[in-house]
Amino acid sequence: MESLYLLIPISVGLVFGALWLFFKASDDGQFDDLVGPAIRVLQDNDRI
Amino acid sequence: MDQSLDYNYKVVKQFAIATILWGVVGMLVGVIIAAQLAWPALNLDIPWLTYGRLRPLHTNAVIFAFGISGLFATSYYVVQRTCQVRLFSDKLAAFTFWGWQAVILAAVVTLPMGFTRGKEYAELEWPISILIALVWVSYAVVFFGTIVKRKVKHIYVANWFFGGYILAVTLLHVVNSMSMPASLFKSYSMYTGVQDAMIQWWYGHNAVGFILTAGYLGMVYYFIPKQAERPVYSYKLSIVHFWALIFTYMWAGPHHLHYTALPDWAQSLGMVFSLILLAPSWGGMINGMMTLSGAWHKLRTDPILKLMIVSLSFYGMATFEGPMMSIKTVNALSHYTDWGIARSRRRTGLGGLHHHGLDLLPDPAHGRPDQDVQHQADRPALLGRHHRRRPVYRRDVDCRRDAGPDVARSECRRHPDLHLRGKRQGHLSVLRGALPGRTAVPGRHVHHGLQRLDDPEGPRNDACTHP
Repeated sequence: MESLYLLIPISVGLVFGALWLFFKASDDGQFDDLVGPAIRVLQDNDRI
Repeated sequence: MDQSLDYNYKVVKQFAIATILWGVVGMLVGVIIAAQLAWPALNLDIPWLTYGRLRPLHTNAVIFAFGISGLFATSYYVVQRTCQVRLFSDKLAAFTFWGWQAVILAAVVTLPMGFTRGKEYAELEWPISILIALVWVSYAVVFFGTIVKRKVKHIYVANWFFGGYILAVTLLHVVNSMSMPASLFKSYSMYTGVQDAMIQWWYGHNAVGFILTAGYLGMVYYFIPKQAERPVYSYKLSIVHFWALIFTYMWAGPHHLHYTALPDWAQSLGMVFSLILLAPSWGGMINGMMTLSGAWHKLRTDPILKLMIVSLSFYGMATFEGPMMSIKTVNALSHYTDWGIARSRRRTGLGGLHHHGLDLLPDPAHGRPDQDVQHQADRPALLGRHHRRRPVYRRDVDCRRDAGPDVARSECRRHPDLHLRGKRQGHLSVLRGALPGRTAVPGRHVHHGLQRLDDPEGPRNDACTHP
């Protein structure tokens, strides 16, 4: 199953990449407020 | 005027029009080949019209021309509005539009001529594949460039979904398109036999999955709250199921190869991951549905919302059916039957419905100033004081109820400028009205959206203060 030698490293790499991104976003405070963004998006100004 | 709010809606409109056009073409071809199954003589003995050549044309047109054009339109629209900046590059955005149309036209010509790589959903020959890669990288640059220069600190959840879909499709396309050209219109896959099958379905499942799940969930998280005028039921859930989806999606592909030469353990692995996927898939469905809690009455009068809920129901059913069919004992019954075809149609139907529901139809509502009537009246109450949400929304409901459906509509939802628009734009007005357009109502850029939120004296509109 040579194709798995390609696919499994890609998947593992992706998972670690996603983990890194998640923790980075979390450290940056992206997920600090999980109420406000949902409401603010309703007010992103429909007047165009 | 704040230049940052000078959004690029031109490319959004172009893609939205392309979506309608390709939607009609793709589904028409689907009807033709469905009829050919019943009446084979309908191919008229012309090689270009045979089932084997038209079928990939149908799937490419519906998924890549119709589905992805819709995602281009909505992702460009949503990323600008939620980040409060114009697209990263207008020229590159224009390139993605014309490049993508070139890809589609190339497909429309080459597929009926019989040029194909023989890989499902990746039929297009290598020169077109390279063009797809170029367009896609430009798309990623435009999208992530816009995110990087955003004016709002928080990245709205819809953008995470769009971003995930763009990155995943890049990777999948590159890996699966590796091939050795033999001539201008013929190439051979780098992989062979069951290796090729494994790569193909790793691509096939994930590509369709990321396009029709992650991408369309991006639409869900912007347009359903907008149309329902309610915040997402649980923003927390949206974040959690996004990451759950990202971590678990990539290994569902082998369920397409049950009972083939693929090793048994790889088939079982695909089955297990497919079953796990039920949770994050339903996370999106439940979140979308529950956004309407407390606003179910809107389904009586709002056809757009109705369509959205129907599409979410289809999504829910299909994402239940999928994991069930991936169970090997169930699959022993369903594999190589029309069941699989029927389900994929339902699944894609979700995309189609979403598209109508989320992209084209709500835009008149959002593109028009009318919704601001309510939002601006509500705005001061919404600022950082979430506990006042309910009274505010009740007022919006009351306004419509007290006035009766007709009056409420005319007062709360229509804007005098619309009449002018209709006259100015002639017969195209219906189409244009369905698209977000800053040209439609000139001089309306004075408000600053999120920047204005801190301003207690923010703009108001009295049209909804019904006695």
